Amino acid sequence: MDSETVDKLMRLSALDLDEEARVRLGLDLDRIVALIDEMQSVDTEGVLPLAHPLDAVQPLRPDRANAAVDRATLQHGAPATRDGLYLVPRVVE
Amino acid sequence: MNAFATVAELRAALAERRVSAVELARACLDRIARQSHLNAFVSTCPERALERAQAADLCIAQHGQTGLVGIPFAHKDIFCVQGLRTTCASRMLADFVAPYDATVATRMDAAGAVLVGKANMDEFAMGSSSESGHFGAVRNPWDTGRVAGGSSGGSAAAVAAGLVPASTGTDTGGSIRQPAAFCGISGLKPTYGRVSRYGMIAFASSLDQGGPMARTAEDLRLLLAGMEGSDPRDSTSADVPATAAEADARPLRIGLPDEYWSALDADMGEALDAARGVVERLGHGLVSISLPHTRAAVAAYYVVSSAEASTNLSRYDGVRYGHRADAPKDLDDLYRRSRSEGFGDEVKRRILTGAYTLSVGYYDAYYQKAQRVRRLIRRDFLTAFASVDAILAPVTPTPAFELDAMQADPTDMYRQDVFTVPASLAGLPALSVPCGRIGGLPVGMQLIGPHFAEDRLLALGEAWQRETDWHTLRPPESSRGAEVAR
Repeated sequence: MDSETVDKLMRLSALDLDEEARVRLGLDLDRIVALIDEMQSVDTEGVLPLAHPLDAVQPLRPDRANAAVDRATLQHGAPATRDGLYLVPRVVE
Repeated sequence: MNAFATVAELRAALAERRVSAVELARACLDRIARQSHLNAFVSTCPERALERAQAADLCIAQHGQTGLVGIPFAHKDIFCVQGLRTTCASRMLADFVAPYDATVATRMDAAGAVLVGKANMDEFAMGSSSESGHFGAVRNPWDTGRVAGGSSGGSAAAVAAGLVPASTGTDTGGSIRQPAAFCGISGLKPTYGRVSRYGMIAFASSLDQGGPMARTAEDLRLLLAGMEGSDPRDSTSADVPATAAEADARPLRIGLPDEYWSALDADMGEALDAARGVVERLGHGLVSISLPHTRAAVAAYYVVSSAEASTNLSRYDGVRYGHRADAPKDLDDLYRRSRSEGFGDEVKRRILTGAYTLSVGYYDAYYQKAQRVRRLIRRDFLTAFASVDAILAPVTPTPAFELDAMQADPTDMYRQDVFTVPASLAGLPALSVPCGRIGGLPVGMQLIGPHFAEDRLLALGEAWQRETDWHTLRPPESSRGAEVAR
């Protein structure tokens, strides 16, 4: 896989790789793509894609407020919070 | 109490007051500590376990033993348990304390089972060897130089070594069945939707399914009763009748898929042929069947599961939970470095593969193609089940392989899943039970059934285990790792 494609995938995946890892994972991706290409010989003309293994449609639940985990409990394990808000680096100058 | 007693035996012992729940929990915690060289656990929870065990003893004194009251067990460390560390064997979640319970955790608690610890696994359940986790490889109790299988390798090794009588696992492409086979125990992947996925950390949402691991099929039935049921918090959970408490043992027509049996090497072929003979002696009819799209299953599975993984794991951003990089210079740097530092190589491979198959220009050729192949694979099974009641197949191409043997090329490991991923893609229930030995290592056979036919598979497994003793064999007391550890 060329480095341009690997760079694009890293960007899409929000991952940084050093040069050694980029080369190694690029080779791995070549092998993985060769493996997944094995399905290309299957004739799927006229076959609909299957997203749910039971071919079922997910039901919608009633649009009602219900008991959920409270904010303080959820944020207890967050890396950085203040006043009930998650902290991130400045995004607006 | 014998460390290798079954759940059914422990229920009887508790009911007759021959042992207490506190004694059982203490014994498990003690064995886990003594066999730490197996690396089967990420953490234990002695205080919680003893508190719950005391409550179980009180309950037994007042009402007698029911359900799983007083039975010690381990959760795969993918199930959130409120107040306990839930790591998914990832650096990303190494310090994550779950703020709520998975539905499976709530149900096992309600059934009275006593959680003693969280079992080690492949990072985010991505792997077939339990080598990829942040906390190191799980070792196989039969030979500690070999893998325990994966991704539920800690759950399997813990039961096989007599550390706990039962555990939970999850199976996306074989992650309950394959480690069960490698470690010589029994494991059930239920039908997709049988067991709630709420609070079970997501890998591939259209494939993931929790299930029980134990010594016998009889125990799996008891454990499944403690786990299953529809759940308003999981819109993919199925509203179907519970699995029956009694076995239905009528003679069945059992299909032998040519595509699986013709792929076996001589040793595995011999073990499976012997198993086939026993099944026939049990009064079942065997017929040859074809599942013609089997050959494309591994490819379709790795497209679908990696696509779903790349989407699911996008939630790890260093903001709301999990690992956060130090001193990020901007938001993009926070995302990139938190994820790059938090995820291991195998998880990165899956995310990148998923990003590739979902990206513009490749979506139709890979993701949609895999979904079409998935429908054909499902159709193969449904066609087969029009003429047979269940399918008998191998679980793995080989017994447990040596540690590090599959690290050079990731696709070598992926191909190990050849016999387990087809049932996963079709959402079918599948049972793995021990059926022989190759070179002193256990191997398993797989019984695959129609959707929600867990009853039938467990009845077959129970009958099989009344006729055979593979499930009663124990790993050697000392193995290479144990000697090193001493």
